[in-house]
Amino acid sequence: MIAPGTVQGVGAARARSAAPAGVRLNLWQRSKQLVYDAAGIAVAAVMLFPIYWMVATAFKPGSDILRLTPKWFPAPLTLQNFQDAIARPFFLDDVRNSLVIVGVMLALAIAIAFLAAVGTARFGFKGRTAFLVMIIWVQMVPLTALIIPLYLMLDGIGQIDSLAGVIAVYLAVVLPFMIWTLRGFVANIPAELEESAMVDGSSRMGAFLRITFPLVGPGLVATAIFGFIQAWNEYIVAYVLLSSPNNQTLTVWLASFTTNHGPQWGPLMAGATITGLPVVAFFLFLQRYLVGGLTAGAVKG
Amino acid sequence: MEVAIETPDVETAPNRPGRFRTNLLPYALIGPSVVVIGGILAFPLGMLVWLSLQHYGLRELIQHSGTWAGLDNYRAIVVDPLFRQVIVRTLVFTFTSVALTLILSTLIALLLLKVRQVVRVLVMSALVFVWATPVVVSVDIWQWMFDYEFGVINYLLTQLHLGNFIHHNWFDDPLQGWLVFVVIVVWGAIPFVTILLFAALLQVPGDVVDAAHVDGAGPWSRFWFVTAPILKPVFLIVTSLSTIWDFGVFIQIYVLLNQRPSADYFTIGIYSFKESFGVAQYGLGATIAVLMVAILVIVTFLYVRETIQQAEIA
Repeated sequence: MIAPGTVQGVGAARARSAAPAGVRLNLWQRSKQLVYDAAGIAVAAVMLFPIYWMVATAFKPGSDILRLTPKWFPAPLTLQNFQDAIARPFFLDDVRNSLVIVGVMLALAIAIAFLAAVGTARFGFKGRTAFLVMIIWVQMVPLTALIIPLYLMLDGIGQIDSLAGVIAVYLAVVLPFMIWTLRGFVANIPAELEESAMVDGSSRMGAFLRITFPLVGPGLVATAIFGFIQAWNEYIVAYVLLSSPNNQTLTVWLASFTTNHGPQWGPLMAGATITGLPVVAFFLFLQRYLVGGLTAGAVKG
Repeated sequence: MEVAIETPDVETAPNRPGRFRTNLLPYALIGPSVVVIGGILAFPLGMLVWLSLQHYGLRELIQHSGTWAGLDNYRAIVVDPLFRQVIVRTLVFTFTSVALTLILSTLIALLLLKVRQVVRVLVMSALVFVWATPVVVSVDIWQWMFDYEFGVINYLLTQLHLGNFIHHNWFDDPLQGWLVFVVIVVWGAIPFVTILLFAALLQVPGDVVDAAHVDGAGPWSRFWFVTAPILKPVFLIVTSLSTIWDFGVFIQIYVLLNQRPSADYFTIGIYSFKESFGVAQYGLGATIAVLMVAILVIVTFLYVRETIQQAEIA
């Protein structure tokens, strides 16, 4: 979980460069710069290698995977592993489940979080501080500790092995962060903008829909992506609450890949690539918001 | 959950008091959130404490009600030697992982200040990629890389003449197995911490550092006396968050050991999970979970208090 109020504008400020442009570098400075750059490239390589290795393995034919001396580049390329992964039982079911869970959850979460964000950013009322403190505090409780009562609760009302139960839990998990972040966005939009629209004859609702709502758009997108990533990646809740294999999610499907027949690294890495792909895509998309708006909103609180 | 509805308080209503006929609107707006968060997070937390005071096994699960146990579960857990082992192990693991994460992230963040723009973009992109990778996916990757037979890590270590790692199983010896888990967790934690620290470093005023330089401060004392104090609030945040996350580590171990971790690999979270869903002792499992939350509160109390104070000052 990513805590509210901690993400700063990474790109907003420029880093101080060790060597200002236009200044003639002497040999010592130049070699120092070279060492720094080499160290930076080494860090990037070490961090990226596992991801590269997953993608490379996913595209290798089986005989190139099971080798005592690894093949560093996937040549020849094959799509066989992806076909094998997709053909495995319940893959399509579980992709569909993941999409349904995340989709329904997000639609509800955006609506509910937006209402609460407006409520806490635009109104002063008794209990407002208590509500905000609860939102921060509740994010500290590990889900691992809550899974037992959640299971018994849902078991009591017959919602074990149903997507609805998982949707409800994910909704509660993503809401605090989404409310906190959206609140920052709404608070950043001056209420005077709405008021001037109302002076010009707009109704309060009309002013809100025409002025505030479009301005909060990027915030809605950013928080929605955060919610998407959290729900898409979640494992424990789905693993405990969804028992039948055609009801599970993609992460549970992926985690159970090796248990039955021993490791099949090619299809496993292909499955991992498929699972990770949407998240990486969304995350890269989110980066733009991370840099600017989200942070300003979240930090301001 | 009920929300008390009070009469309008003009003092605490900075936004145009009296514009609305009723004061119910804000409560209606936060109502759904209160219901969801209260019902699905707060209520289960209370239920967890209640469960820890019950005998709750398979029979009780079928009947949907436990029998009162008082402090029996706590007494049983306190004298359980495995529990003590698991707690010490979880704490040592958490401390090691958090310390390593902070040290490496600080070094990378400082390095990012020194490198060329192109390299900085490269490192940042790498960090974002790792950050975005789902934990289950990363666990599968590391499982493959640490595979005893065809794993690339055994090959590399052997090639680097660091020993004979051919057909070396990392999980035979729990100490080595835990080393693998530290690597996985630290690798996954570095991006978030580094990016936050780097962002904070950018806010350190350059002229103050330069002034310290002019006054004869070496690189170490420049970092320790000028940069570090400015970074303190961010350090507090990332330390407490990392502690919370690493203390609750679950997926990495559970999935990598094919959902059958031996007792040598129990963390407190896994122990609680196994007691509940493995042997259907939900009462005992809840007790362990309650103690887990309690330890977490104690361990992170100072950090959280400081964080809140910092936030209030800012």
